[in-house]
Amino acid sequence: MSGPTERPVPEDSAPEQSASAIAKAAPPVESTLDRAAPFDTPQAEEVRDSAFGVERHGMFGVAGSGDTTGFGGLVHEPWVPAAAERPYGGGATDQDGRGYFDDVVDRLDTALPAFDRAVWKVVVDRGEMTLHVRREHLLELAATLRNDPGLRFELCSSLSGVDYYDPTDDAASRLHVAYHLTSMTYRRRIRLEVSVSVQDPHVPSVTGLYPTADWQERETWDMFGIIFDGHPSLTRILMPDDWDGFPQRKDYPLGGIPVQYKGATIPPPDQRRVYQ
Amino acid sequence: MTDQYAPSRETTEGRIYNLTGGDWDTLLNNVDPTSDDRLVLNMGPQHPSTHGVLRLVLELEGESVTDARVVIGYLHTGIEKNVEYRNWTQAVAFLTRADYLSNMFNETVYCLGVEKLLGVTVPDRARLIRIMMMEINRLSSHWVWLATGGMELGALTAMTNGFRARELCLDVFELITGLRMNHAYVRPGGVAQDLPDGAVEKIREWIKQMREELIGVDRLLTGQPIWVQRLKDVGWIGVEGCIALGITGPLLRAAGLPWDLRKTDPYLGYEEFEFEVPTDDRGDCWSRFVVRVAEMWESVKIVEQVLDRLEPGPTMIDDPKIAWPARLSLGPDGLGNSLQHVQKIMASSMESLIHHFKLVTEGFRVPAGQVYTAVESPRGELGAHVVSDGGTRPYRVHLRDPSFVNLQAVAALSIGGLVADTIASVASIDPVMGGCDR
Repeated sequence: MSGPTERPVPEDSAPEQSASAIAKAAPPVESTLDRAAPFDTPQAEEVRDSAFGVERHGMFGVAGSGDTTGFGGLVHEPWVPAAAERPYGGGATDQDGRGYFDDVVDRLDTALPAFDRAVWKVVVDRGEMTLHVRREHLLELAATLRNDPGLRFELCSSLSGVDYYDPTDDAASRLHVAYHLTSMTYRRRIRLEVSVSVQDPHVPSVTGLYPTADWQERETWDMFGIIFDGHPSLTRILMPDDWDGFPQRKDYPLGGIPVQYKGATIPPPDQRRVYQ
Repeated sequence: MTDQYAPSRETTEGRIYNLTGGDWDTLLNNVDPTSDDRLVLNMGPQHPSTHGVLRLVLELEGESVTDARVVIGYLHTGIEKNVEYRNWTQAVAFLTRADYLSNMFNETVYCLGVEKLLGVTVPDRARLIRIMMMEINRLSSHWVWLATGGMELGALTAMTNGFRARELCLDVFELITGLRMNHAYVRPGGVAQDLPDGAVEKIREWIKQMREELIGVDRLLTGQPIWVQRLKDVGWIGVEGCIALGITGPLLRAAGLPWDLRKTDPYLGYEEFEFEVPTDDRGDCWSRFVVRVAEMWESVKIVEQVLDRLEPGPTMIDDPKIAWPARLSLGPDGLGNSLQHVQKIMASSMESLIHHFKLVTEGFRVPAGQVYTAVESPRGELGAHVVSDGGTRPYRVHLRDPSFVNLQAVAALSIGGLVADTIASVASIDPVMGGCDR
């Protein structure tokens, strides 16, 4: 099996592939950790849904199908999770079908004046609730979720990225960050999801609220190129420090990468480049 | 002054010496004993006490650690990227290799995610076998923790005893799955094959052996003054610190919070079993030792209860669109399709052959969506974020590995202590770099 033919190798990569280009192009961002976070950013931007089930290029050279055999020839319809309607349910439900998802949303709505602006879609699927959050309001929302006595999501179980790549739409908000929050007090779990585009991959860092997000945000930067503004030291963590490109993006192939670190030196962690 | 083993260079922060092996006499004889130079010690990634390829950069003042940084990524193998190019069943064989000491947990947490996406439940026997295999795996993992942790602190008998006991666990795995590690035994829809003849007797024998070995731990280590002094009041972290840093598992329970997903967020019907969640309140390395050993006793209890409940029945879901088409059988070279099945598809049934071909090469489809499932692995919350686009391959699988998250505690555990205590602290986290770096 030869290497991929369509994916450019990092040398002639597009601007969004280059970490330093992003760092240069990005406007200087003030630390959001120790001062009032930009909760009231005036322009609430449009977040666009990104669709599933799209073309991928990889080492099998398959296009248009998830079928690696090449015999299926099936094309998936793009699929977007539908917004949920009340009652949301969740856990043990009462006779009206209301569960803890309703409680969480109600409580958030009371505790957070900007709730309607912050959450642009609620999805309930397979017994899990996802709040789709506008990034300007992420810190505000996470702070309420953590601190409110009726919510108490103390633990950020997991933070990771997903790339919903759509080759037909460059400007789509294809990079998603999924936050899995756990309330140890009430034994509940919810998911927050923030989506950004490759051209503007900035998300505020939650390390000030959840220190455990430190390495997990570094990994998400490393793999997806999502820049967490306000992170104390956003450097690569799993890939070599001088690596080009973001391996878990869908337009980054599985094989065929020339050895990039040959002859390179890796500086000690405190001297590494920091992308802010 | 030049020293063969301590080349130096001038930097903006002053003269820096690069100490390697050998004797630094020439250097040391010329150092002013009252100077306040700092020593930056690079420990790892190849160091016997760093659990594989973990690298610690320690800043020292005398023997006290004033700063600690952790460098990881040396064992990154791109498992999460790789599984996006395999079908849903093949992904198990990749994910089992992430945290290579808790294979059954990696497999189960992923399969629970896939099953949640599919909306199916596995047969009762498969569910019980999964629980049993996970608990045996918890013991084998904790034995390695005890063995390597003991070795790092100089208790070499703990190492030989620990690896001997772990070998007994691996014997059980080998009998049931054909492999000692990296089993790919738990599959979406059930488990790869039923328990072979003699397995139940073997496990009953194993339970007796484990109880003897666990008594041996107490006799060898629990009252041993050197062991006690190396662990007590070393590497403290409290409940608040644990939750802020996302630390779960034995570290959190040793700090006093009885948080165990088997009890707090039960999966696979763990609520049916009688077992305790051991805790301790000191939050130091000693507490983690006590908690882990107590956990091993509880796991033995669970395995015993599983054996009492096992009823004959299917071990794979009764759905030909998902279940592996062949009964697998264990040959001298490992697992393979049973001979009867091969004869059927090659000689008598074209439809079976087509079905086999489609399911094995292309795999089954999973409805689009995303789920997060979590199990209590030997090291804490092991989560799987599984995303499907409706196709035959995972769109994205992320393992929330407890080693990765817990290693963030190294600075909190070791700063202010001695270098030797850093070894004890890192050992008490029990990181497995395969899981950390994935």
